[in-house]
Amino acid sequence: MTVAVVRFPGSLDHDSARRAVERLGARAEYAWHADGELPAETTAVLLPGGFSYGDHLRCGAIASRAPVMAAVRRHAEAGGRVVGICNGFQVLCEAGLLPGALRRNATLSFVCRQMDLEVADAETPWTGGLPSGAGLSIPIKNNEGAWYGDPAAARVVLRYGPDNPLGSTGRVAGIASPAGNVMGLMPHPEEACDPLLGSTDGGLVLSGLLGRAA
Amino acid sequence: MTTATARHRRLGLTDDEAARIPELLGREPSDAELVMFSLMWSEHCSYKHSRPLLRAFPTAGPRVLQGPGENAGVVDVGDGLAVALKIESHNHPSAVEPFEGAATGVGGIVRDILAMGARPIALLDSLRFGELASPRSRHLFTRSVAGIGHYGNCIGVPTVGGEVAFDDRYEDSCLVNAMCVGVVAPEGVLRAAASGQGNALVLIGNRTGRDGIGGASVLASAELDEDEDKRPSVQVSDPFTERKLMDCCLELAGAGALVALQDLGAAGLTSAASEMAAKGRVGLDIDLDLVPLREALAPAEILVSESQERMLAVVEPARLDEVVAVCRRWDLDATRIGSVTEGEAMVARAGGEVVADLPARLLADEAPVYEVPRHPAPAAEPLDLAAVPEPADLAAAWRDLLARPNLASKRWVYERYDHLVGANTIRRPGGDAAVVRLPGSERAIALTTDCAERHCELDPRGGGRASVLEAARNLACVGARPVAATDCLNFANPEKGSTGWRLAEAIAGMSEALTALSVPVVSGNVSLYNESAGRAIHPTPVVGMMGLLERADASVGQGFIAEGDLVVLAGDDGVLDASEAVGGALGRPPDVDVDREVATIELVLAAAGEGILRSAHDVSGGGLAVALAESAIAGGLGAEVALAPGRRDDEVLFGEGGGRVLLTVRPEDEGRLRALAAGAPVRLATVGAVGGQDVAARVGDREARLPLDAARAAHEGGLPEALA
Repeated sequence: MTVAVVRFPGSLDHDSARRAVERLGARAEYAWHADGELPAETTAVLLPGGFSYGDHLRCGAIASRAPVMAAVRRHAEAGGRVVGICNGFQVLCEAGLLPGALRRNATLSFVCRQMDLEVADAETPWTGGLPSGAGLSIPIKNNEGAWYGDPAAARVVLRYGPDNPLGSTGRVAGIASPAGNVMGLMPHPEEACDPLLGSTDGGLVLSGLLGRAA
Repeated sequence: MTTATARHRRLGLTDDEAARIPELLGREPSDAELVMFSLMWSEHCSYKHSRPLLRAFPTAGPRVLQGPGENAGVVDVGDGLAVALKIESHNHPSAVEPFEGAATGVGGIVRDILAMGARPIALLDSLRFGELASPRSRHLFTRSVAGIGHYGNCIGVPTVGGEVAFDDRYEDSCLVNAMCVGVVAPEGVLRAAASGQGNALVLIGNRTGRDGIGGASVLASAELDEDEDKRPSVQVSDPFTERKLMDCCLELAGAGALVALQDLGAAGLTSAASEMAAKGRVGLDIDLDLVPLREALAPAEILVSESQERMLAVVEPARLDEVVAVCRRWDLDATRIGSVTEGEAMVARAGGEVVADLPARLLADEAPVYEVPRHPAPAAEPLDLAAVPEPADLAAAWRDLLARPNLASKRWVYERYDHLVGANTIRRPGGDAAVVRLPGSERAIALTTDCAERHCELDPRGGGRASVLEAARNLACVGARPVAATDCLNFANPEKGSTGWRLAEAIAGMSEALTALSVPVVSGNVSLYNESAGRAIHPTPVVGMMGLLERADASVGQGFIAEGDLVVLAGDDGVLDASEAVGGALGRPPDVDVDREVATIELVLAAAGEGILRSAHDVSGGGLAVALAESAIAGGLGAEVALAPGRRDDEVLFGEGGGRVLLTVRPEDEGRLRALAAGAPVRLATVGAVGGQDVAARVGDREARLPLDAARAAHEGGLPEALA
């Protein structure tokens, strides 16, 4: 199992994502934005949070057209697992690999807060087999994290509890592709993989990277 | 007056200073040289009014790898790791343009840490503004917070702590102090001293433009005048480039490709190059035509531009191609702009002509030094309690205090900062100190900034002691032993009134407490002239302190843990003098007993080390009652305490000082806690127990009681409501 953690200029969470993946027992390799291929042994892809390309133009817009994204797209279209976290979620939406878009938070401010989430779809690989309605605690930290789109057209995997400061449509926190192999979420599972940091629920999400390709 | 003298005055030089320059040079300075002197001899760059006083600080210790004088101090924290730390002010730019001023303040301090070869892992900010009833102060506060967040969030360094206070005395002169810490292997510490004749001088990062010209002299080293528009002197931030600069410089440092590294801050290239040359006792030959420009600039402007996100490196010629290639990979300009030469001359050329040719040490080390006048201020009188009305309803007074912007939860601020990025933040903002894991180690560091400015106003020596002791107490409350300090001395105009005396007294008081704690100062910054025609700030010597935890999982929180735990108060009585309850710098707190306060800190550390502390919380603003409510809110559990009567009830509940800590222990551990305190000059009182959904404090036969929900609503709502 080798997870390719993609690094764009301005990626910030690649190191913590790499450590979280390694904590789950998998290998992690960085993939460079300017390369047209993923590392040869890649079995899954993680697009980490950050401010790729300084959020210039639109969050994720420039990264979605980086050379490495052609390889990520091929990986996803072949059924490979891909997770995009925060800015990575924005990149996946900009790339058309997930529906909808991420808008400015309803608070009109950056929000860094531990959040209560609930499983909305227990049938994807991204919730560790928890039943629908089960709760998770994972922090958010973003400025443009309000998912906007048609919930009926998306496979909603995670929702916020009653507290939805971002103002996302239908309290959406994370969505998956119809086949379930591509997942995007605003909460940061890599920040919730260590009891020392208060929660290990993020490991349930990232363990989706370790399963077999569909 | 000749035009030449008018020119030096416009640049901020005094007549005496201007006369000293030809004496040192043996000739008249060129235009560019005069501009360079004016910046390098500014207070901001030379500490000419404060340098003699700063010698009082203890700066040595077994852990110190680098003391004051470099871009940042560095201390050994064991496990093959060292930590670089520094705090710096960006007060005047923030008063002119708060968003960019605060943002570039963060950028500058991050580059200071980067220049040591250290990876920045945490930021803190110490902020002071006028009362929030003032629209101008609301603007400065909210825009400064936005600027700090914008920059820190984009560069991926967590903002884990700090403090903010509001007082009318900061209405005209707000304070924005930013602190950064970074990790580096002890053998990987970089320094600024240039060396190696023929080595290349490489400018890395942003292009040079007109922003920030004269920032250190006309902005940072003079009083701000209401009607003067100094906005062109404020720099503009580009955090995306800073992040690339961090990644790139750390990659280069890790590969051993750099001989020396220095950031371009105040006074830009002039300061960076002259300090590198003076520290290395070498010369530098710089061709200004090679500096990548954003717009056409005169040679003198290139020399002093404060354009952000630039670093200057010394590189061996054999590794130049490698350095340029790594920078290209990060989409950064890297340009050889000159070479290290023999001798001590800093030469700058433009258009084939020499525009400056002078010994670098004249700029870096030969600024005039001034003894500031030390006129003592009249001693303040202790409060006459008979003149202070006693609140009729203690519970209402308690609730009101919890909602005061100075005491209320700062969640509104820290939720705007990414305080998690890096996945190392063990104790988040809102507690006594932040706790950050050292990557790749079992250890963690604790970080805090503190200042008792109202106390400093009434008694600068006592306030200096109190500022240091509060920082140490905050670290002890999370279980961390204080190991190093950095300071930012924010004062008014040292040439006027008693400011010079206050500065000297505060430094003396701080030094007494630091010495008693065996905590060295390893870096620092001085910001003077924080006054306008009508108002001078309180003396505000902000202390940034770092503590060490041998085990990252052994930290202690401030929140109550379990019903039935005993509430124990350690320390001496508080008073209403200088308290939030009386609303300002009124009265005069009693002398700060350093030995007793240090003994209490040692007791907390010993109890934390034995693992018997369930919670610990420094008793500070708002006194015991506010500390009790905060621990209850943080833990979601109430408490009932009974306090010794004999003084006025409001003084018992809301009095401040006394070096107190509110502890909880299991009932079976109370004896052990008392045994640890045996023989030490620490007063311990078991005052009650954790439990229920109220916080209640009884003084004699009078009781104040607040439902936990009401206390939380007041505490959480105070700041948003003051901004609404």
